[in-house]
Amino acid sequence: MSVTIPASDHSPTVRSRAVADHPVPSGREEEWRFTPLDRLRGLHTGSLDLSGSVGLAIESEGFVAETVTVDDPRVGATLVPTDIVAAQALTGSAGAVVLSLAAEAMGRARVVMTGQGVPAASHLVIEFAPFSKGTVVIEHRGSAVLAGNIEIRLGDGAQATVISHQAWDRDAVHVGTHAAHLGRDARLLMAHVTLGGDLVRLSPLVSYAAPGGEAELLGLYFADSGQHLEHRVFVDHDTPHCSSSVLYKGALQGEGAHTVWIGDVLVRAQAVGIDTYEVNRNLILTDGARADSVPNLELETGEIQGAGHASATGRFDDEQLFYLQARGIPEDLARVLVVRGFFADILGRLGEPELSRSVMSDVDARLGVDVEGLGVDDGEADDEVAR
Amino acid sequence: MSTLEIRNLHATVESDGEPREILRGVDLTVASGQTHAVMGPNGSGKSTLAYVIAGHPKYTVTEGSITLDGADVLDMSVDERARAGLFLAMQYPVEVPGVSVSNFLRTSVTAVRGEAPKLRLWIKEMKDAMSALQIDPSFAERSINEGFSGGEKKRHEILQLELLKPRIAVLDETDSGLDVDALKIVAEGVNRFQADGTTGTLLITHYTRILRYIHPDFVHVFVDGRIVESGGPELAQRLEDEGYERFVKAGSAA
Ligand SMILES: Nc1ncnc2c1ncn2[C@@H]1O[C@H](COP(=O)(O)OP(=O)(O)O)[C@@H](O)[C@H]1O
Ligand SMILES: [Mg+2]
Repeated sequence: MSVTIPASDHSPTVRSRAVADHPVPSGREEEWRFTPLDRLRGLHTGSLDLSGSVGLAIESEGFVAETVTVDDPRVGATLVPTDIVAAQALTGSAGAVVLSLAAEAMGRARVVMTGQGVPAASHLVIEFAPFSKGTVVIEHRGSAVLAGNIEIRLGDGAQATVISHQAWDRDAVHVGTHAAHLGRDARLLMAHVTLGGDLVRLSPLVSYAAPGGEAELLGLYFADSGQHLEHRVFVDHDTPHCSSSVLYKGALQGEGAHTVWIGDVLVRAQAVGIDTYEVNRNLILTDGARADSVPNLELETGEIQGAGHASATGRFDDEQLFYLQARGIPEDLARVLVVRGFFADILGRLGEPELSRSVMSDVDARLGVDVEGLGVDDGEADDEVAR
Repeated sequence: MSTLEIRNLHATVESDGEPREILRGVDLTVASGQTHAVMGPNGSGKSTLAYVIAGHPKYTVTEGSITLDGADVLDMSVDERARAGLFLAMQYPVEVPGVSVSNFLRTSVTAVRGEAPKLRLWIKEMKDAMSALQIDPSFAERSINEGFSGGEKKRHEILQLELLKPRIAVLDETDSGLDVDALKIVAEGVNRFQADGTTGTLLITHYTRILRYIHPDFVHVFVDGRIVESGGPELAQRLEDEGYERFVKAGSAA
């Protein structure tokens, strides 16, 4: 299933901080047609009071954390709101948080945003100065109706990993724009791990300031009965000799589980020599779940290294289950192994053991199996044998 | 002592929306200490027999019985059969992306033995078993069968055979696609498994060459969904010399 949108639609007609400049979505717009607006609790109307707060806890090594007013020049420099929710996230927040890593420094930060059960706005800026190297993990917990922006800037030669983990309570609503801008030869790994929430709609955006930028976007989501989890990637190749690689994987189960993945990659005429590949894979575990997957690659120049996309949505492979069961593994545990295996490449690439364990135990719980004592290991035994 | 008894086994597979009979009255008894070779032309139903013993959901048993030490195998789920002591080395082992060999083996050994082996002992046991089959230790970290060569897949099947130590093993064309060196390594593994006389093996093959390394006590010729002739090792020699032609004619005349 692929919908080709004319190039002009990629450049949003409205780019503004002012909420009033943005139309209120009706649900008929291309970019809103998959989202159940009636479950947004008014987040898209521009009139919801977002003055409630989210708990914010930051642990960091190497990063400097500051709270600034939204008039600070670092706020909104990369992320200019292109929809009404992003505009509200910016103007509705009491202040923005800026996390910055100094030039050539190394750092690591963990940001825990805990919803307090009320509508709230947040705007987080993460700056990696030239040749710095760092990782930021943002965890979303509790319950909230959150308009949340994250803007990420990489200076020349910076290497950054930014992981947004949606571990919300079941009733949370979260709409966010995550915009990244890469300097010369900078490398970004941006990931979305979305398991919780009632409705989560995230829009990762990538653009490049200079040649040599490399962006890798990874996503992992698991929608249970009634959950709506939507990821809308837009990579804007407007600069020569940059690359993008996108891989999102989702599992779905239960009546009304719905996931949406949009992968828009635009290669503008000037973006010669770029390389891009995007993939979305969905594993549907039961009847009643629906995965929408819309890769959309648009080339305005043919002078590129490579460009491609792939999308596949499938069910459990009976042959895999048979093979595992034929070795004595009960069917429910075999399913756990297959789903864990489906996500293993993403988690391995992220290299965050604590996150992996949390995702794996969530998978186990959703499939109704406690693997304790069943011989399933978390990868440590593998290493020992290989040694 | 264990005995696998197959009596008058008929099985069908769904083909173009119609049930098609593939097994047409198989009788066979395999007991501990015995190695049976089942030999037959391509398409005669050998793999179907192996899958039906293991319980593959694609096949429907329409008549007959399979018992293991008197217990009704057909009444068991696929994993129950494995835990009861049946093992199938597949002709085409399945790839399972993202599930490491080490994780898989430990999970299956835990299921079959009924408790998780102690980690330190287990690692040694697995390393030893891998090295006996000349499997590189790095395979422990790789996804099951993913990117394995044909020979690597077959050695991985025999690794599972040795670690799971079933009562009765069914080996479906474990020799196909192996070069001489790999064939010897695999055959040695099967012979180690069979050595103490407590287990039985049903060796399915199209060619006689593996029988130079694994010596069967009984040889059965399988044509058109049933056993058409049984004998001792000398029958394999006759097949080597004369081919299946005589039996194929006899089978279709019947
Ligand atoms: N899953 C299946 N669907 C359709 N036909 C099948 C299936 N499995 C086996 N068959 C058919 O049954 C016959 C026997 O196949 P098989 O058991 O694989 O034979 P062998 O292992 O002796 O080569 C063949 O004609 C094959 O096409
Ligand atoms: Mg076969």
